[in-house]
Amino acid sequence: MADAPPDFTPVTLITGFLGSGKTTLLQRLLLDPALSDTAVLINEFGEIGLDHHLLERIDEAMVMLQSGCVCCTIRGELSTAIKDLHSRRERGLLPPFRRLVVESTGLADPFPILSTVRSDPVLRHHFCLGNVITTVDAVNGARQLDAQPESIKQVAVADRLVLTKTDLATPEATDRLTQRLRHINPGAPLWCGAEDDLDAAALLSADDDGVERWQPADRHGHTPDGHHRHADDIRTLALNFDEPIDWTRFGIWLTMLLHRHGDALLRVKGILNVADTATPVAVHGVQHLVHPPRHLGAWPDGDRRSRLVFVARGLDPAMIERSFRAFSGVPHTSSK
Amino acid sequence: MCALCGVLGGPEHWTDAVARPGVFTLNTDAAARRRERMNRVAAANRVLSHYRMNLADWQGSAFVLSTATGKTEIVDNLAHLWMAAERLLGRSCDPLDEELIALMERELG
Repeated sequence: MADAPPDFTPVTLITGFLGSGKTTLLQRLLLDPALSDTAVLINEFGEIGLDHHLLERIDEAMVMLQSGCVCCTIRGELSTAIKDLHSRRERGLLPPFRRLVVESTGLADPFPILSTVRSDPVLRHHFCLGNVITTVDAVNGARQLDAQPESIKQVAVADRLVLTKTDLATPEATDRLTQRLRHINPGAPLWCGAEDDLDAAALLSADDDGVERWQPADRHGHTPDGHHRHADDIRTLALNFDEPIDWTRFGIWLTMLLHRHGDALLRVKGILNVADTATPVAVHGVQHLVHPPRHLGAWPDGDRRSRLVFVARGLDPAMIERSFRAFSGVPHTSSK
Repeated sequence: MCALCGVLGGPEHWTDAVARPGVFTLNTDAAARRRERMNRVAAANRVLSHYRMNLADWQGSAFVLSTATGKTEIVDNLAHLWMAAERLLGRSCDPLDEELIALMERELG
């Protein structure tokens, strides 16, 4: 007997700028038998449903979103489309898919798609956020990062980065782009779409243990004081501190910060040593959206310090740090 | 409080996460939940006092935010708190405001 669908069906978002290879990636992933129980929603941008014709295997579980960009005009349609899939699955009209993949348009800001899954009063009881997979074109990626703010956001929110068209780019250009992606998003594993045998299941698997990769700043080439400046005004702040943190004060501070600067705060990720709590707590935020904090079973290594990484655009990392310490009562002496 | 959230039941805010496997929350039982609400009120007031505002628990189910001149608003959770505070105050509440940070630092000694 087939397994029942999970209580919360993970929704994986495949995003990436125009022409960065989202559909090619999706096409490859769907050939993997491990993804046979995956429903797919693609977005048709413009009048020609090119994406649709390129996808070979979508089965009847595909719903075409007809009115353009996912983020700004059809967020309601996205919600309706997912609810329709859920309803048809429950009624036995669709195979019991265990995972949903949404491919956004290249112009889409990924955040409203994520917030639709998290905030819709029906969806949030049946679906959860899976990975955000962002494709980056090795040939044009650097230029897109320069010119298109959406592409920076797409990289910043990624849980997995897939570098495409590396066979068409020089190794030097690929290296430079890789460095830049690492600055914008220090924690997401980087996959090479052209060379690797893509392990579809691993690419889509839940990112339960991803926090460790976001730790110590020096591992990601940050300056010793934990601040790093990027040419595109993306700046990273990595904080390590010894004192157990007061969860309530931290919550007050972070909600206030996200309320005022959520658009500029592309990513917050970390593990915290919370006062009166034996095991570490993982926090993960994307702009205004904060995932429910998770208890980790144990510390990932011998280091019991809290570690927080902020990726922000146009905000002064030194001021974020000062504010954090003033609000939470963590003294400056405890860092590094 | 957001009118729509009031009607529809707003999305669970991360600081109010319901206890379930793997999810961190301080809201584990009635007493702990009450204690946490008190902590939250105290922590919020530490910040709000700089704006001459005050937050109070309201029957364990909501919060009441007041200004020194008596303007009052009911807020549902921390996400709504800052929206309401800015509305009552008529200006932004920015945790990166240098003046506010300096005041908070002075309090810490």
